Amino acid sequence: MLRTNRITPYLYLAPMVLLLVFTFGYPLVAIANFSTRRIRGISGPFIGLENYRQIFKDEVFRQAVEHNLILLIAVPIMLIISIILAVVLFERIRGWQFFRSLLFVPYVLAIPVVGVVFSNILQLNGVQNQILRSLGLERFALDWIGNPQITLYSVMAVIIWREVGFGIVLFLARLQSINEELIDAAKVDGADWGQRLWFVIIPQLRSVIEFYVVISIITMLAWVFSYIYTISRGGPGNATIVMELYIYNFAFRNQLPGIASAVAAILFVVTLILMFPLFRFRSETAMEEMG
Amino acid sequence: MIVSDKSRPVRSYSLSADVVRYSLVILAALAVIFPLYFTVITSVKTDENYSRDKIGFPTEIHLENFNTALRGGRFFLWFKNSVILASGAVVISTIVSALAAFAFARMDFKIRNPLLSAVTALMIIPPVVMLVPLFVLLTNLGLTSTYWGAILVYGGMVTPFSVYLLTNFFKTIPFEIVESALLDGATSFDILWRIILPLSAPAMITMIVVNLLWVWNDLLIALVLLPQDNLRPLMVGITVFGSRYNKDVPVTMAGMLMASLPMIVVYLFGQRYFIRGLVAGAIKG
Repeated sequence: MLRTNRITPYLYLAPMVLLLVFTFGYPLVAIANFSTRRIRGISGPFIGLENYRQIFKDEVFRQAVEHNLILLIAVPIMLIISIILAVVLFERIRGWQFFRSLLFVPYVLAIPVVGVVFSNILQLNGVQNQILRSLGLERFALDWIGNPQITLYSVMAVIIWREVGFGIVLFLARLQSINEELIDAAKVDGADWGQRLWFVIIPQLRSVIEFYVVISIITMLAWVFSYIYTISRGGPGNATIVMELYIYNFAFRNQLPGIASAVAAILFVVTLILMFPLFRFRSETAMEEMG
Repeated sequence: MIVSDKSRPVRSYSLSADVVRYSLVILAALAVIFPLYFTVITSVKTDENYSRDKIGFPTEIHLENFNTALRGGRFFLWFKNSVILASGAVVISTIVSALAAFAFARMDFKIRNPLLSAVTALMIIPPVVMLVPLFVLLTNLGLTSTYWGAILVYGGMVTPFSVYLLTNFFKTIPFEIVESALLDGATSFDILWRIILPLSAPAMITMIVVNLLWVWNDLLIALVLLPQDNLRPLMVGITVFGSRYNKDVPVTMAGMLMASLPMIVVYLFGQRYFIRGLVAGAIKG
């Protein structure tokens, strides 16, 4: 450690603190305030928890929450796909570096681009249905983003398509740092591929899996706006409305920032709760790396 | 950690296991390639060719879709806006984070650990939570619909990750190097500027790439803070463009292709920084 006088560290920290108070500090305090007011325009009277009561009565909010929860189905799917592909690449199949680069490409593409491209692919008269028809699977040629029953699942598939690459690269990076003698020893002891995966590799990946699951849960609950906005705009009807879009609509369409802030406050609390396992994980790995 | 790139000899496995392995990877590769293939071939088809055949190669190559797209959308303007926003945010965030990370990594002060934990925690808070108050605040300051307002917001949003990454990296620089400079009478700022920063190039590049990507790909904040057509960044532009041309799929695809090119080029050249940076949040960079 450098020996400094008492104020020097704070001089170095001051610009960051100012910037973070502006982008995080003030807004987080303000949503608590806004959410307890009936705001028209800039401000409005204090109404206690009325906004919260309103949203819990609102059928559309219930749908939004339900849709975010349905999107959580993507988490185990992404986890399984990315672990399996990471392990296969880790076993150094021919061209594994090429495949790693290729499978990561979707994650580099911007979500709006992905959204616009897939919303064309998935049209009733789009290429996906043309393929299905030419394979004689006419009855599976559905209206992927027009039928309210399935649109949310189509969006989920697009999210999985883009986000799996991150999981693959994450798990592969971790696998490359584990002790391969463990795996070789298991092989010598006659463990088959599935046993090695389950008893040797997965325990080694435990902390990264935990990280990935928490990050993915937060993504599904609060970072899917760009997908929804570019693929379905929450529709048809409210079939794909999610909490973020609900906030956006109430704040900037319906001009009711009080209601929007109440939802933002709820989302914030949910994120805070989800953050705890992540912190436990971070301090654990920090310890491991120190030791 | 560094993702090692050295190839090792292919190990021997049973044939059936190899069949399963290769099938899985090839299946995944096809799933990745198909939408990319579709975008590229569609972008050079005529609308008539597209409605007749959506899968096959174009009967003739038609590049005029790109012209139509350029006339219909203000790609160069959007692109310029994105460059201004992303580079402005990266400059601000880099300066602020380097100063703070230096204090976190190399100085002792009372609230160091709780403050660092709090800053790290901010990485996970979704921007949508802050959106309404930020809009109100910027409106009061007269900063909505200006580059400055958006640059400050973006700069702030990427700062927690930057501080986290740089603090961890600065800690790995051996103290002996710093000590010898101290003996020469260097001030703390000299140490940061002349010793720490030059040794931190890999971490800085990683951080810059990740932050550029973050700002470049944002849709929500730009949609709210920069509604005017002439200030729109690329992501808002192509979203509007995509819905305006949704009847003319080939032109839409030409637009999407042009919008993706910069990032694809950056990815091709800076792949290891991308991968290292995105993994850095989970496994230390």
